[in-house]
Amino acid sequence: MSWTLVIWLSIGAYAFKMLGFVVVGSRALPNVLSRCLMLIPAALLGAMVLNGTFTDAQSIVIDERAVGLLVAVIAAWRKLPLIVVVVLAAATTALLRTVS
Amino acid sequence: MKLRIEPEVRPVVTSALALSGAVGVFALAFGVLAVGAGASVWQTCALSFFAFTGASQMSAMSIISTGGTVSAALGSGLLLAARNGVYGLALSPYFGESLGKRLLAAHFVIDETTAMMTAQTNPRLQKIAFWTTAIALFSLWNLGTLIGAVLGGSIDPQTYGLDVGFTAAYITMLVPHLRTKNGRIAAVSGGLLSVVLAPFLPVGLPILASGLAIFIGVKPQRVQASI
Repeated sequence: MSWTLVIWLSIGAYAFKMLGFVVVGSRALPNVLSRCLMLIPAALLGAMVLNGTFTDAQSIVIDERAVGLLVAVIAAWRKLPLIVVVVLAAATTALLRTVS
Repeated sequence: MKLRIEPEVRPVVTSALALSGAVGVFALAFGVLAVGAGASVWQTCALSFFAFTGASQMSAMSIISTGGTVSAALGSGLLLAARNGVYGLALSPYFGESLGKRLLAAHFVIDETTAMMTAQTNPRLQKIAFWTTAIALFSLWNLGTLIGAVLGGSIDPQTYGLDVGFTAAYITMLVPHLRTKNGRIAAVSGGLLSVVLAPFLPVGLPILASGLAIFIGVKPQRVQASI
C-alpha cells in the first residue's frame, strides 16, 4: 500500500477537526448542514456493512460472509464486547470457507 | 504530581479510562485488519497517530482490502471524518486558550472526547474530562494499533475471515446511530444504495455514493423538530 493514503487521510482528518474548532469557532453552522454531516456515518457504515457482505468486485453475491454478518448482528444485539463480535463473525466465516 | 483525586473528579476519570480501555481493544482489531488489508506496520501506526479517527481509518483500509482505489478509500475516510468538524464547532466555546493550545486540542476532537466533555456540567470538569479522555484514549488507541499490527502480520486475511471481521466492527459502530429514526433511514438506504450501485461503479465508489442517503434522512427530522 502506498503512503499517499496515510498522508492525505491524516491531513484531511486534522483539517476537519481544526476547521470546526479553530477556524469557524463559535460562528453557527446552518442547522441543516450539521444535521447532514452527522448522518454521514450512519449512511457510510450501513454501506460498508452491506456492500462488504453482498458484493464481490462488481457483482452482487450471497456467500459465507452473509452468515458471518448474521452472527455479528446477533452478537452485537446481545451487547457482546467488540472483540468477541469480531472474532465470532470472522471465525464463523473462516469455518464455513474451510468446509465449503 | 498529586495522586489524590477529588471525589468530584473521580467518576470523570474512571469513565474516561473505561472508555479508553474499550477503544484500545477496538484499536487492536484495527491493527490486525489494516495489516491484513496490505498496510505495513508503520503505515498502520502512522494512521492511528496522525489521522486518529477510528471509523475513517477502518473504512479507508477496508476499501483498499477489497481492491478499491486510493481515491475511493480517501474519499470515504474523509466523509467519515467530516463529523469531527461538527464536534469541533460544539466544543469550541469551551476552549478559551491560546491558538497554540487550540491547535493541539483540535487533534483530539473525536466522538469520545466530545461525548465526555459535553456530559460535564462545570467548566473545570469539562476540561478534565476532555484532556483525561484525550490522553488515555490516544495512548491506548496507538498501543492497541501497534500490538494488533504486529500480530496481524502472521495472519492470512481470507483464511481467518478478516474481511467479515471488518464488517463486524462496523456493525458495532453502527449501533448507536440506529437509535434515531433518521439514523436508521440513512443506514438502511445507504446500505442498499451501495449494493444496488455495485455492478455499475468501480469498487469503492458505491460506498462514497451511499453518502447521498443522508438527503433521504434529512427531511423527516425537520418535520419532527417543528412538532
